[in-house]
Amino acid sequence: MPDSEPRVLPRPPLLAHGGAGVLTTALATLLVLLMLAVLLWVVAANAAVWFWPAPVWELELADGSRVVGEIVRREPARDGGLGPLLLKVGNRELGGDDHLAVDEAAIIVRRRPQDAVAIERSVGGEALGRFLSCRSLEGEAVPPGDDQALAAALAAAAAERRALRRERARHARVRRPLTEAEHAFERLRRSSAADAHDLADAERAAATLREQLRPRLETLEAAIRERERRLAGAAVILDTGAVSLEVGMATVERLTWSNRLGPLQRALHAAGSALRFLFSAPREANTEGGVFPALFGTVLMVLLMSVAVMPLGVLAAVYLHEYAGDGPLQWVADRAIHNLAGVPSIVFGMFGLAFFVYGVGGAVDRSLFADELPSPTFGTGGILWASLTLAVLTIPVVVVATREGLQAVPSSWREGARALGANRLQTLLQIVLPAALPGILTGLILAISRAAGEVAPLMLTGAVKLAPALPVDGEPPFLHLHRKFMHLSFHVYDVSMQSPNIEAAKPMAFASTLLLLVLVVVVNLTAILVRRRVRAAYRVLEG
Amino acid sequence: MTQGDDPVLETRELSLHYGPVRALAEVDLRVPGRRITAVIGPSGCGKTTLLRCFNRMNDAYPKVRVSGRVFVEGVDVTTSEVDLESLRKRVGMVFQKSNPFPMSIRRNVTFGPRMSGVRDPARLAEIAEHSLRLADLWAEVSHRLDESALDLSGGQQQRLCIARALANEPDILLLDEPASSLDPISTAKIEDTLVRLKERYTIVIVTHNLQQAARVADFTAFLMAGRLVEFGATARMFTNPREKLSEDYITGRFG
Ligand SMILES: Nc1ncnc2c1ncn2[C@@H]1O[C@H](COP(=O)(O)OP(=O)(O)OP(=O)(O)O)[C@@H](O)[C@H]1O
Ligand SMILES: [Mg+2]
Repeated sequence: MPDSEPRVLPRPPLLAHGGAGVLTTALATLLVLLMLAVLLWVVAANAAVWFWPAPVWELELADGSRVVGEIVRREPARDGGLGPLLLKVGNRELGGDDHLAVDEAAIIVRRRPQDAVAIERSVGGEALGRFLSCRSLEGEAVPPGDDQALAAALAAAAAERRALRRERARHARVRRPLTEAEHAFERLRRSSAADAHDLADAERAAATLREQLRPRLETLEAAIRERERRLAGAAVILDTGAVSLEVGMATVERLTWSNRLGPLQRALHAAGSALRFLFSAPREANTEGGVFPALFGTVLMVLLMSVAVMPLGVLAAVYLHEYAGDGPLQWVADRAIHNLAGVPSIVFGMFGLAFFVYGVGGAVDRSLFADELPSPTFGTGGILWASLTLAVLTIPVVVVATREGLQAVPSSWREGARALGANRLQTLLQIVLPAALPGILTGLILAISRAAGEVAPLMLTGAVKLAPALPVDGEPPFLHLHRKFMHLSFHVYDVSMQSPNIEAAKPMAFASTLLLLVLVVVVNLTAILVRRRVRAAYRVLEG
Repeated sequence: MTQGDDPVLETRELSLHYGPVRALAEVDLRVPGRRITAVIGPSGCGKTTLLRCFNRMNDAYPKVRVSGRVFVEGVDVTTSEVDLESLRKRVGMVFQKSNPFPMSIRRNVTFGPRMSGVRDPARLAEIAEHSLRLADLWAEVSHRLDESALDLSGGQQQRLCIARALANEPDILLLDEPASSLDPISTAKIEDTLVRLKERYTIVIVTHNLQQAARVADFTAFLMAGRLVEFGATARMFTNPREKLSEDYITGRFG
């Protein structure tokens, strides 16, 4: 450091002894932590909109009209001044768009009426308005103010809907043998190999079955029609400001008196929303409802992947570290595995598509599911192929972490075991692998975190926007490995980028993101706790 | 050989190289049975290496070259047909640095028998108690057999390793400086143990402590730079060494 004046004392140690270095690194750390906090805050704040009940406002405008809705945010104005308010008005069936921009200057009166309700519906999005009246299943009018009668009417309608759902399911169950017979006949008819005799047999079998089932099916169908009729008559009637809107009770999922909620009720409402979000199926092109299929698909896919990657990765690491010497072949294997970790994930996606889906899946179809062709069973993307593709993708992570775990095992333990007459396998199983468990678990965590967040390879190997059925259900063989599945990461991408109604989709996208974040954090914390318990037995490794 | 009977351990022209480094040079040694033989010599002279030749533990290192012969109870163990597992069960070894496994005291002691297929809990408990008593550790650990062995003190760990080796019921016990990190009381305990054990075992002990060698060993081998300089009855060697090098070492003029 140039210094013109001679000094008696050395410079203060701030810069001389790396003070600048300490400062820079500390600032960088601070920045990193800040970014993390911002990330969490942005995701959580945006997701909260999904769960937390907003107040419902009634606005009287200068032109004499009224609107009812939830204030979402203030839009930015072009000239830099105050922009219009963005209002969520719901009631898609009235005008098409469920959001409305209102110029603040045009608002004459704003109030939060006590009789405002927000209705979550199974179709048509949210309905918002002031409660006018209600018509029960029996067609009786429930006047405003009689909360008990209203609650009873809603409960009766909900029970009716459940009964309807049950009866439809029973109908499908009763009809299943007939449906299968019809399918068998269709397959025969389309295949060129079938002879006329078989075809006639199949047709006769279907016809007999149809006759057999007819009385039961007809009774069920009549019951279903009756319930549908009763439900169609029942409605909640709302004042939306412009018109009065009949909201059919057949679609009401939840009715909330938005402006009457106390803090506790709000929290309960949010908790209810969270449960619905976790455990119900998506609706309205994934912008409403829940994410259960995506959550389920993610967890199942990660499980299948772990089952595939752990034995393979651990065995490979054991071979490389414990058995293979230092030859050029080992060096190549080692480098190859390390470099695999840097390969872009889309490459693995293409590999999975070509190798698993078209290659292996095609072969499986030709040999085991030949009578289904040309429609593919395993020869198309599915949860098995996606899991295996991600298993290949995460192999390097598992191998590298396991090797590090093996390296941390003191050689004196191996020698001690060998000197006591244990053979190599016994030494491996009794001493080395248990002691390497923390490393192996680290590999598993890293693999799971990676797999839960991948999108690109999944899109090519079986993740879909909307899967018709879960990969696990009550139908034998219960686990359907060929089925397409939904995945949280892909769901986030789909909702945020592919949705026709961006405003409606946004909270859903962030809520899903938050769930993904929570999922990964939970997996990590669990693994850290498990690892700590394992390590407690091997304290020597820590020192 | 002072006795007429055959040696239990014997090396003939045993040389060993670690890559280019020669650790043992044409060692001819005959270790008598049911006696304690001390191996002394300056650091790095090849004592540990010599010991590891008797149970073939040098096999674990890459680039080791051995020439010459090693006999254990009359059988050449340098050949490839030797069953290493049974050899190591007959020739127990306690390492220079104690190495208890990260498991309970009980499981440590019974490790060898368990690996040989002993499953019966009663039998294992018997073996554990017997071996711990032999190693003079029973009184200290009998109430905490299921606690981690890593919680024992250094001296206790060393005796645990001795007990673990004894649990295999070996014929021969190789001890590499078993008392190097111990206080005088623990050292005395181990020495008492060894003296008691020599009725049944052939013991080879590496030590830097010449008083210890004088106290416990019937015979002493003096090694230097990989060569066996002198071998003989301890009493004679300490009072009347034949070689100048031995005399210098014993009188503390170097090493
Ligand atoms: N695994 C190894 N690889 C290479 N060289 C080794 C290895 N083990 C020992 N050596 C060398 O062989 C020589 C003998 O080592 P050894 O461990 O037998 O000495 P020692 O007499 O036991 O010494 P100490 O009293 O310090 O324990 C030393 O020069 C050492 O550096
Ligand atoms: Mg040594």
